[in-house]
Amino acid sequence: MTALAVKGLCKSFGGLRVTAEVNLAVEPGERRLIIGPNGAGKTTLFNLITGEIAPDSGSVLLFDRDITRVPCHRRAHLGMARTYQIITLFPRDTILRNALLALLGLSGLRWDPLRDLDQERELVERAGAALARVGLDHIGHRLLSETSYGERRRVEIAMALAQAPKVLLLDEPFAGLSIDERGDVQRLLQTIPRDVTIVMIEHNMDVALDFAERITLLHFGEVVVEGTRAEVVADPRTREVYLGH
Amino acid sequence: MREAYLRYVAVAVALLCLVSLPVWIGNAYYINIASQILLFAVFALALNVLVGYGGLVSLGHAGLFAIAGYAGALMLQAGHGHLVSDLAAIAVTLAASAVFAVLALRSTGIGFLMITLALGQIVWGVAYRWASLTNGDNGINVNSRPAPFGLSLAGAEAFYFASLIVFLLAVVTMVLFVRSPFGASLRGTRDQARRMTALGYNVWLIRFLAFLFSGFWSGVAGLLFIYYNQFVSPQVAALQASAEVLLMVISGGTATLLGPIAGAAIVVVMKNVVSAYIVRWNLVLGVIFIAIITFMPEGLVPGSVRLWRLGWGALRTRASVPSLRVQGDGAP
Repeated sequence: MTALAVKGLCKSFGGLRVTAEVNLAVEPGERRLIIGPNGAGKTTLFNLITGEIAPDSGSVLLFDRDITRVPCHRRAHLGMARTYQIITLFPRDTILRNALLALLGLSGLRWDPLRDLDQERELVERAGAALARVGLDHIGHRLLSETSYGERRRVEIAMALAQAPKVLLLDEPFAGLSIDERGDVQRLLQTIPRDVTIVMIEHNMDVALDFAERITLLHFGEVVVEGTRAEVVADPRTREVYLGH
Repeated sequence: MREAYLRYVAVAVALLCLVSLPVWIGNAYYINIASQILLFAVFALALNVLVGYGGLVSLGHAGLFAIAGYAGALMLQAGHGHLVSDLAAIAVTLAASAVFAVLALRSTGIGFLMITLALGQIVWGVAYRWASLTNGDNGINVNSRPAPFGLSLAGAEAFYFASLIVFLLAVVTMVLFVRSPFGASLRGTRDQARRMTALGYNVWLIRFLAFLFSGFWSGVAGLLFIYYNQFVSPQVAALQASAEVLLMVISGGTATLLGPIAGAAIVVVMKNVVSAYIVRWNLVLGVIFIAIITFMPEGLVPGSVRLWRLGWGALRTRASVPSLRVQGDGAP
């Protein structure tokens, strides 16, 4: 059984092929890194996997179940969570409320028009626990717009983890972070238990390579190299794509 | 807990003022204006669900308001009782809201605005041109007001109290809605629709249900309106009516509870009271709106709160030894 599989996935925007016959098989508990130069189609691949955009052809399987036609919002209920490269959070709400919204998304309560959300003790406590996991519970009352960039990155991850996903997609979780903050996020990712499968896009090689067990190199929408960390690093095609010779 | 305590006191005082209004206003003319403010406040609160909490600006809500009015007036004309007519009118309005929503929610932003504008214009066109049904420009008379539990609403005072009850019910449902999980879901779709989808929310369905909620209270306001005027004509569905209620929401303050109520009060008072003294009352209204947009772009109610705190803060710092600014206790 694979946790996440992609088969013959294709997507074009007009004449531009951004995803070309991509195949991917990620084992349960695996840490997979997806690398590639700018414009290689990494984020598009994530958008296809999560269902934010529909593929032209090919299929996406979650634990061997074909979810190609399952709408994006249902996939969250099937155990898929993601973070965004460009932070997309709720700036007018507190950090706690941000985490609360992540939990509410999977709860039947989200349709309830009568109860008081702030009085939903269990949900609020779980939101607090999700923040504690990333070390932000002490500033849960702060408005998101009043937090630092590094804190927001951690809120992103807290929200994804709060949903207790089986497959977690991280889109450049280290982007724009200082060296200290990178260390924080790195340690945080190491605490995620093995029942969560992680696929990560990252440019920052020194932190990302430590984390990954297998690496997929994308270039112009195609998988160029795939293998273990050592194999991909040693492969001449990796050098070619990254260094141009 | 001082703030919560003050809030209870403010609500109690406001309620007392509203309930005793006919006594201290006395004059039937002004009591009627108060009824108008209440019914338009219900309409503005309804629109605020979409504009304020959903981030969906509709310019066709007068269409829904008018559909309820026409449906009610036609049913009454056909000889049905008030209860049956009103329920039928609400049902028709909900159905129309569903159609509006399905068409308009294909888009957001300007697209949503243009589609609702077109739908509102269609309702106006039907009201104006389908004379065999709507009696065209001549409109339809509503001969009587209902008499629930044997209490006649014919008088200005009785009608005011009926409007007040409906208004309070609308306010209570809005309060419940705003603090509910569903309200939080809707606000989430306003701020980050994409993220909400990824978190497992069905963004389209949330917006659709919010549209129905908004349509329901627009319909109730439309029924209050025809009972108030005892008449309905295509003017009710005109673009100007849609624009007016949108102005109420925006000038008062979107995504607040008091904003749309204050906005309704300003517009109704301008239209009815100031117009008696100043022929070009539209000009005065325009100047007021420009002033609000210039000095309080967030709307009258949140803007006043901001300026009040600013002034209060300045007074306090001047009175005491200059010190580090103490962190505020957050937004209301």
